[in-house]
Amino acid sequence: MNPESPNPLPHYTEYHPRWYRRPVSTYWWLGSWPYVRFILRELSSLAVAYFVGLTLMQIYGLSQGAQAYAELQEWLRQPAVLGLNSLAFLFAVFHTYTWFNAAPKAMAVRMGGKRVPEWAVAAPHYAAWMAASAFVLWFLLRR
Amino acid sequence: MPRTSNDAFFWGLFSAGGTVAALLIPVHLFLFALAFPMGWLQEPTYGTLMDIVRLPLVRVYLFALCSLPLFHWAHRFRFTLYDGLQIKHLNEVIFAGCYGSAIVGTAVAGYLLWTI
Repeated sequence: MNPESPNPLPHYTEYHPRWYRRPVSTYWWLGSWPYVRFILRELSSLAVAYFVGLTLMQIYGLSQGAQAYAELQEWLRQPAVLGLNSLAFLFAVFHTYTWFNAAPKAMAVRMGGKRVPEWAVAAPHYAAWMAASAFVLWFLLRR
Repeated sequence: MPRTSNDAFFWGLFSAGGTVAALLIPVHLFLFALAFPMGWLQEPTYGTLMDIVRLPLVRVYLFALCSLPLFHWAHRFRFTLYDGLQIKHLNEVIFAGCYGSAIVGTAVAGYLLWTI
């Protein structure tokens, strides 16, 4: 580098100065309900992963024959497993609720120069949820 | 040189998986984890279930139902660990662990649904 260049690079100190930062507790979110809700929403992803694990187990059970599948059904009837599955179900519904309520904030739909109200963006999502659920129920319960 | 970022790609998977999960996981969990084992609703017989699972469209459906939500989980859980537990120093390990699990789960789903 030419030391006589008109714009020499500024001089940086070798060590970064340490700012004062208040340490934040790992449990920072426990203090207020909106923060708890946020963490619960984030934790709903565990229920999502659990559902995939359960579904893969059931597909595997099916592939192993009628006897294996019946044993899996028996296992699912255990109180501890039922409790865990009920909890996962509640978190799954909570995920749906938070996901569709966030949709109007992610998609700002405008019509005639005005922003469409939030409920009008969320409502079709809920309608789609109902339709998809109804279709799955019909598909599996039709005789 | 501008820094290239994969953020949009991973966010797209997160978003697609979140929508699939929101639309379909409640009804599936209700049926296969609660209503069918408990006998609240009459489950299709083993033979009927096998016939259903072997339909090509159902295989594709189940593959998407397993894979996309896994990538949703990977993205969201990664940031839960960052923000909730503040373990930013394990950045690379968490990234590899989350997306690695999602890829392994996707591969298992693909194998099971292909061979069933």
